[in-house]
Amino acid sequence: MKEKVLIIGGGIAGMEAARQLQALGCSPLLVEKEHGLGGHVARWHKLFPDMLSAESLVTELEAGLSGVTVYRHTEVKSINRLKDSYSVKLSNGENLVVRAVLLATGFRLFEAAKKEEYGYGVYDHVVTNADLEAWMNGFPDERMPEAPRAVGFVHCVGSRDIKAGNSQCSKVCCMTAVKQAIEMRERYPQAEVYCFYMDLRLFGKKYEDFYIGAQRDFGIHFIRGRVSEVGETIDGRVQVKAEDTLLGKPVKVILDLLVLMSGMVCNPSASALAPQLRLEIDSDGFLRSRDNVAGILESGRPGIFYAGACTGTKTVPETLAEARAAALRIYQYLQA
Amino acid sequence: MKDFGFTLSPSSAVSLDKVDSRLWHKLLETSPDAAVCISCGSCSASCPAARWSGMSIRKVLLALQRGQSVAPMLSCCMLCGKCTMVCPRGINTRKLILALCRICEKP
Repeated sequence: MKEKVLIIGGGIAGMEAARQLQALGCSPLLVEKEHGLGGHVARWHKLFPDMLSAESLVTELEAGLSGVTVYRHTEVKSINRLKDSYSVKLSNGENLVVRAVLLATGFRLFEAAKKEEYGYGVYDHVVTNADLEAWMNGFPDERMPEAPRAVGFVHCVGSRDIKAGNSQCSKVCCMTAVKQAIEMRERYPQAEVYCFYMDLRLFGKKYEDFYIGAQRDFGIHFIRGRVSEVGETIDGRVQVKAEDTLLGKPVKVILDLLVLMSGMVCNPSASALAPQLRLEIDSDGFLRSRDNVAGILESGRPGIFYAGACTGTKTVPETLAEARAAALRIYQYLQA
Repeated sequence: MKDFGFTLSPSSAVSLDKVDSRLWHKLLETSPDAAVCISCGSCSASCPAARWSGMSIRKVLLALQRGQSVAPMLSCCMLCGKCTMVCPRGINTRKLILALCRICEKP
């Protein structure tokens, strides 16, 4: 009989793990709380560094799910450990008994409105990175100006910010900001684009090339300094104040659009499941792995595994690689 | 004017939307690699004139981008080229300084 594995979360990690487990001869059961699969990536437009279409990635992953049982609009109500399996109660009333559980619950975007000084939800032309990406993906957004003359990006919104409760670096937002800054310059060549950063953490393959391109080919202004204050001008534009810490002088600029690079925080539904399974939370608020070097996929509890951004900020390729590794790890666990 | 016992100094804030970047764009015409400066400071740290004169090619490039004055600083450069050797972004800073001197003469 095929061994049943519950996968919580139908984002890219859950989908890829389901596909791999199916190929390994297991019977994955994928639970997704929303209707659509693909999670955050499904709402994204283009993926760095090769500007691949996010939609085509999700379509490809979804195509790999034939034969996989997918529960949409469904949440896990409770999980109880049996002798060598888990009894799972779903919100649709079904009860499942599975041998292993993979948490692929991902992240939630930091609520930008919590940083009151940036005026998200207060001023007309302040959006988040996710809002901008959704708009680029064709969703209308009345906050977007028609022909902007100046656009600004604020790095590290809710990241590396102890007061916001997140001391960790969200790591992917620097590259996302550079990518989105270039995309805005391509759409609006007449617009000046400013990036306000504390540090630029461009760690991945070809990220630095994007940065050089943004400076040389797109003339994007990088200003080292954290935005201190955002206000609205009488004509509804956004005024931003910061210190140019390299110049040693305060700077201000009036923009038509301000984009807040909200960081990643742990998905609250993962934090809610954790006590039931006696899973630990790490100091950064994400789920704690057995260890953060060789045991990232393991929870320390038998039969409970992790993949993707539930254990920390991950890029898309990192998430997919973890999903594949987790599928293999679960397969080995079931064989033992 | 009545003496109130204090003076007001003008704001030192730079308005980015009012920056006069003509010199900067003129520089980019001949030295487009100036745009890739990351303000790491290795040029200034290796500059033999810096200790005595405050010369800093990093500051010059930044000042130009923010529309600040640069000319007095440039006159201290001895064109030794040490900054070119250390630049991690491969900017030909020596050539750049020469271009800057030309531009600053005839803005």
